[in-house]
Amino acid sequence: MNPIGNLNKLFDSRIRLGVMSVLMVNEEVSFNDLKQVLEVTDGNLASHLTTLEENGYLKVHKGFIGRKTNTTYSITKAGEKAFKGHLTALENMIRSIE
Amino acid sequence: MNEQQHLETLSDIKRIMERSSRFISLSGLSGVWAGICGLAGATVAYLWIHSYYLAWDTRGSYYDNDYAALRFKLIALAVVVLTVTLAGGAYFTWRKARRNNLPIWDATSRKVVVNLCLPLVTGGFFILGLMYNNHEPLIAPSCLVFYGLALVNASKYTLTDIRYLGITEIILGILNIFFLSRGLYFWALGFGVLHIIYGLVMWWKYERGMKIEG
Repeated sequence: MNPIGNLNKLFDSRIRLGVMSVLMVNEEVSFNDLKQVLEVTDGNLASHLTTLEENGYLKVHKGFIGRKTNTTYSITKAGEKAFKGHLTALENMIRSIE
Repeated sequence: MNEQQHLETLSDIKRIMERSSRFISLSGLSGVWAGICGLAGATVAYLWIHSYYLAWDTRGSYYDNDYAALRFKLIALAVVVLTVTLAGGAYFTWRKARRNNLPIWDATSRKVVVNLCLPLVTGGFFILGLMYNNHEPLIAPSCLVFYGLALVNASKYTLTDIRYLGITEIILGILNIFFLSRGLYFWALGFGVLHIIYGLVMWWKYERGMKIEG
């Protein structure tokens, strides 16, 4: 079996992989905190977040702090499974080369 | 993608997970500074208390005004020591964050502060209550125990060494309860010596190799 087949195409993008990494260890993360950790621009991050949301890997919560909108993101069960699967695939590939 | 790239990806993931969940800029030098301030404060307090009892012994009787003055001086000293400690501690940590190009006020440092403050503010009011009821000997062990609990609580969001510092402070505080007349020594050990030791260890582990620039 081709081990590359197990790698998740969605996680080819470093930013998408980064978003998932942050969400794995934090219950709920705001847009601004994601932007700060990953050092990306608004537009770039937003489009990657939409892709991940459309694939059911993350949930979006729209809330308010006073009058300002506060959007937070959290990982879904499917997202967690996909991320762990991707990590396992990466590990296996490294092992198979060794 | 080749092996090297996969390894890089994995270490990227690890770095992002760590950076997004833990405040790693806490500097060991902040600890050393806190320890020096603590020892200096304890020394001044010792001298003041010593001369108070010397005056009492020569006079041979208790004098209300003397006691009130000592009490006021010690409270003022505590406020000064706390302020200088926090200011210096914040400076060294800010410097380390800047060197690593990390923000000092982000989601992780907020979590550290909130989780530190919860037991710490509780302890603060508890100690105010002790002072109000004239239970001064219990102040030092209470400081140590509540500070230790605060560190253990906040350690989930910063360097793990803080957890062990917290546990040591708690043990010292508990021991102190059984040697109440030695409060100042326990306090100096916990807030002075331990801070310096842990600060040096943390500096050695995480910062020794860091370039000094800008």
